[in-house]
Amino acid sequence: MGRKNLVRRLGQMILALLGISFISFCLVMLAPGDVARQMIAGNQEIMVSQAEVDALKAELGLDQPFFFQYISWLGRAVQGNFGNSFMMKRPVLDVVLASLPATVVLAASSSAFMLIFALPLGIYAAVKQNTWFDYLVRGFSFIGMSVPNFWMGLMLLWIFGLQLGWFPILGGEVSLENMALPTVTLGIAMASKYIRQVRVAILEELNQDYVTGARSLGMSETYILWREVLPNALLPLVTLFGLSLGSLLGGAAVVETVFSWPGLGYTAVQAITYRDFQLIQAIVLWIASMYMIINLLVDISYAYFDPRLRKVGR
Amino acid sequence: MGTLMIGFKENKAFRLFTILMFLLIAIALTAPFIAPYDPLEAVMRNANMPPSAAHLFGTDKLGRDCFSRILYGAAYSLGSVIILIAMIFVVGTTLGVLAGYFGGWADAVIMRLSDMMISFPGMILAIAIAGILGGSLLNAMIALLCVTWAKYARLARGLALKIKECDFVLAAVVSGGNHLHILLTHIVPNILPVMVITAATDVGAIMMELAGLSFLGFGSQPPAPEWGVMLNEGRQQMQTAPWLMVFPGLAIFITVVVINLWSDSLRDVMDPRKANKE
Repeated sequence: MGRKNLVRRLGQMILALLGISFISFCLVMLAPGDVARQMIAGNQEIMVSQAEVDALKAELGLDQPFFFQYISWLGRAVQGNFGNSFMMKRPVLDVVLASLPATVVLAASSSAFMLIFALPLGIYAAVKQNTWFDYLVRGFSFIGMSVPNFWMGLMLLWIFGLQLGWFPILGGEVSLENMALPTVTLGIAMASKYIRQVRVAILEELNQDYVTGARSLGMSETYILWREVLPNALLPLVTLFGLSLGSLLGGAAVVETVFSWPGLGYTAVQAITYRDFQLIQAIVLWIASMYMIINLLVDISYAYFDPRLRKVGR
Repeated sequence: MGTLMIGFKENKAFRLFTILMFLLIAIALTAPFIAPYDPLEAVMRNANMPPSAAHLFGTDKLGRDCFSRILYGAAYSLGSVIILIAMIFVVGTTLGVLAGYFGGWADAVIMRLSDMMISFPGMILAIAIAGILGGSLLNAMIALLCVTWAKYARLARGLALKIKECDFVLAAVVSGGNHLHILLTHIVPNILPVMVITAATDVGAIMMELAGLSFLGFGSQPPAPEWGVMLNEGRQQMQTAPWLMVFPGLAIFITVVVINLWSDSLRDVMDPRKANKE
């Protein structure tokens, strides 16, 4: 990617980030009824005094015109000030930063799990196309894609946590034992998807003319597979992986909730349940920005790995 | 329709899976007649009974029969997914075709909007929208519609752009056909097969997302016999009554398997070129 191109991408990204911040801010407007009243009451049915509601409104600037509210929120957000979390009674930024490590750790471990299984299985299934091994792997990936991940999480928790007692079932804090089951749950779901992609990508390359050419030159199958086919086949998968990583870093809300894993997804679900609007805005904004920045990085790395694009760029 | 009939006659897999699909729909439609108990009626002296001949899948903490609730749940889940996918299909295709065909500012507005939606990871935005609107089946459907339409709009736009340049469309323009006529008789029928295949492939995943929203409490609400809701209730009794968690999940799983098998075979029937690839 040339410098000009990069600058253009960055410009586009900043525009998109503005749009995203606007949507994140507007989410709160979807709430039926009075936002301030709901924030005080949480999700409970309690009477709230009008004076208290008015005071909060004034504090949050909710009594001001809509567009003014957005601009001042954005101005503060750029400086890292997202207000206070009503649920946790501390600054929103602290809450987000506190749940970040758990999410990053889980994203890394489940991606590693996925790569360890998806790459070898996908590659081997493609090489051994239409053998029993291929059918077995395809069957596994089909089933993996049809299992709702929250149910798989619950079943793993029930079998390995409750029946066998191998892992703790309470969750709540970041530790190696607590990490195992959510990692496997997310890892299996991702691996089932990627095995398919890897297999199809390899098969497509194996049918190319250059492979036939290499074979006719007498190169060994192993050499062709590792030196010629793999680099070409795996490159497009980098984009896909970037998308997955972006959404993992945003927190796997459902799986984190099943295991009470204290990451961003779990915090987001809590924030929404307890109507902690400032926290919701910040988390949604963070997640979308993360997703977008990773996509940009993938695009840049793509240009770096693919010599064809590099030349055009210069 | 012709292709489907031929496919039904000639493709064994498609025939089998279509029959299974009809079976699922039949279960959903006839639930009130085949369910042995009322899915909502609490019978406290029967609370938390394990699976037995009288209660195939056991009972929950209110003594409701889990098997009957799952049968009724089929109507909930299948019904809402079919309506939702139809909504996504119509909204996405319409906007995409309009953007592709007319171009100009309509294209710019629709595509920038869809860029924006695509830059969010879907599930978290859906959770936020459904949760803030307030947990209900309708709100969960609206949330998923909001995050999914963009994919269809982009696909439809791309296809419409391609077909717009075809000679038969140019001929129709030159001979003075009006826009609506050209859209309905030339553009839409030609992009329909690809759009239908895409929609069919997404049904299973969308069903899981909808159940996931209910599971988190942002979709259907208790006491509705919806599978995601039942899983959420069962989860709290994992230690004392695991059957409440096993069977609703199994119901989702089996339904999604059947739907995915069917949509795969549908793709083979409608697009034979792709069938050879995998």
